[in-house]
Amino acid sequence: MKMNGARILLECLKKEGVDLVFGYPGGTVINIYDELYNFKEIRHILPRHEQAGVHAADGYARATGRVGVAIATSGPGATNTVTGIATAYMDSIPMVIITGQVPTALIGNDAFQEVDIVGITRPCTKHNFLVKDVRELATILKKAFYIARTGRPGPVLVDIPKDVQIAQTEFSYPESIELRSYKPTVEGHPKQIERAVEMILGAKKPVVYVGGGVVLGNAAAELTEFCRTLELPVTTTLMGLGSFPENDPNSLRMLGMHGTYYANMAMTNTDVLVAVGARFDDRVTGKLSTFAPHARIIHIDVDPTSIKKNVRVDLPIVGDVKGVLQRMIKVAEANKEKVALLKEAMLPWKEEIAAWKEKHPLTYKHASSVIKPQYVIEKLRELSNPDAIVATDVGQHQMWTAQFFGFTAPRTLLSSGGLGTMGYGLPAAMGAQAGFPGRQVICVCGDGGVQMNIQELATIVQNRLPVKLVILNNNFLGMVRQWQELFFDKRYSQTCMELPIDFIKLAEAYGAKGFQATRHEEVEETIKKGFATDGPVIMEFKIAREEKVLPMVPAGASLNEMVLNA
Amino acid sequence: MKHTISVLVENEFGVLSRVAALFSGRGFNIDSLSVAPTNDESISRITLVTGGDEQVLEQISKQLNKLVDVIKVIDFTDGSGIEREMALIKVTAEDESRAEVLRIVDIFRAKIIDVTPKSYTIEATGSPTKIDAILELLRPLGLKELVRTGTVAIGRGAKGWKG
Ligand SMILES: Cc1ncc(C[n+]2csc(CCOP(=O)(O)OP(=O)(O)O)c2C)c(N)n1
Repeated sequence: MKMNGARILLECLKKEGVDLVFGYPGGTVINIYDELYNFKEIRHILPRHEQAGVHAADGYARATGRVGVAIATSGPGATNTVTGIATAYMDSIPMVIITGQVPTALIGNDAFQEVDIVGITRPCTKHNFLVKDVRELATILKKAFYIARTGRPGPVLVDIPKDVQIAQTEFSYPESIELRSYKPTVEGHPKQIERAVEMILGAKKPVVYVGGGVVLGNAAAELTEFCRTLELPVTTTLMGLGSFPENDPNSLRMLGMHGTYYANMAMTNTDVLVAVGARFDDRVTGKLSTFAPHARIIHIDVDPTSIKKNVRVDLPIVGDVKGVLQRMIKVAEANKEKVALLKEAMLPWKEEIAAWKEKHPLTYKHASSVIKPQYVIEKLRELSNPDAIVATDVGQHQMWTAQFFGFTAPRTLLSSGGLGTMGYGLPAAMGAQAGFPGRQVICVCGDGGVQMNIQELATIVQNRLPVKLVILNNNFLGMVRQWQELFFDKRYSQTCMELPIDFIKLAEAYGAKGFQATRHEEVEETIKKGFATDGPVIMEFKIAREEKVLPMVPAGASLNEMVLNA
Repeated sequence: MKHTISVLVENEFGVLSRVAALFSGRGFNIDSLSVAPTNDESISRITLVTGGDEQVLEQISKQLNKLVDVIKVIDFTDGSGIEREMALIKVTAEDESRAEVLRIVDIFRAKIIDVTPKSYTIEATGSPTKIDAILELLRPLGLKELVRTGTVAIGRGAKGWKG
């Protein structure tokens, strides 16, 4: 059947199983919106800013595991998507972003609302396309979705000029696609896998270090099974939280800059380090020259460029983590006696770890004269549903959430790890809630970052998305203030927010409900009220203003040089 | 250490800038670059020469492989390839130096492709070291202009890049 490009786009989205998009109209996508007007199979959510639309698609993708889709018009609409795209790129989130472009004949003429968005996003997309002919549109979209979700996932942008949206052609969607230049390695080398298990079985002080790749690769169950079978100590990055239950006795919880003392000590003393779907980010390794100095390193990742990028690797396995872990489980099962021996050999190591845990557990100075942010997070865990999804913004509250919430399932923490994008939390929560209307979605923000996309309260209320927004209000750009306190002699340059915001009135202005706690005793009651209230809610907690995130490995220091209480 | 790398890519717009961006994004210089379609019109071959430490080059080579439009990456640094380059050289040639220029051209089996009473323009091909050598001899006579194509390289032996 002949149809125009705009309609073909929607048909392609439908074929890809997309039933929800986040988008913002404008001159060069008006034809797409005109087709959407009568297209009932796709639900469209109108955010109040294109950046938020992309973050929402990202939050949706992280929570559901499906490809998130966002639409924006050319020029300013397109440039507004860039932060959202870069955020998704750094965390390898599968997304397809559709931008309108000026008509092909005008490209390069500085036409009204023209920008070279393909050029601008080249370094922050997995791939991108400019569609020059309507006859290529369907194939390009097929490629876009294929590239976005396979191998190491990532955002793909498709720029569609207005005339291509108007032009007509016969629609047919390719069933499958084969790209000679893009063939992600999915199956790990069987011999390497055997060697890896052998190396682990011969270890005395092994540690498994888990990154976001395990969440993205839907391999949390396999990872947990393998580690539990061998009783291996497991630590995760911020992105890996939830892939191994933090209430497991062998969980070392999060490592790195704000990781636990015992996780970082284990990393420093391990003899066999098993990195799974992780990329040795500088926030995780600390000073590279002293990182895991005694360890032989096994690195499992689907992306060969991750391997040996920052650290030397003794045994690389390129492949899909799920398949690799399944094989590792089989190899371990075939070596039952060796597994038993390993468990015995690890006993002194377990004692060492237990001693570290006892010496410096993950804790904070309790107080009832002020609201401790850590206490709020603990109460949130206690009072929320077991399958609640938590989105965070970026800053101290993000780290407190990562430290004290206790994540036990994958895809329950949505957080901008790689780019550290303030303003991410609220729209991401909105996207997750749109994907799971029936689940509890909590968003934890600081009073700074929440104001970077606060306008999304309108979208949330309009679409009846019952997001529970928790604001840990210290009236500071807290994380930067903490650095200024520790490393700049308390010179609080431009980190005090000065003007107090009445977040309760703000909630009401948008048609949401607001509750506030200013004293320790009010925390529990406020959370209960917030969770019991239908629809979107703001819960604001006036927290101890100069509370710090600890422990902390100062930037550039070794993992075992932690500031424990400053 | 200098590396000569061939990158076989889809013959599409934007590919060259993706490849170049991998270098510029890391603050790396590309010493020379040449691009043209291959016997298969849908595939272009980019040959580039770059320097840098081994670890960084390994990373760049992996990143090149990761680009969606890149079909194959071949590093010829191990001597597995034959490298050639062409240079067009405009050199001052007056009075006694005219004969000297001709002698050098002869020794290097180069060609004179343009003549004026005051200059010769020379076409020289060969390995990059050979081009460097002829330039060294011509430089004292007065180089007016120099154009080099950049290195191209092909693997030794009977096999093509597809094996
Ligand atoms: C878009 C953006 N701008 C600046 C920063 C730098 N930054 C990191 S954390 C932070 C402070 C965040 O303050 P707030 O949102 O109040 O959260 P808190 O740290 O107080 O919990 C800043 C400014 C950033 N990460 N992102």
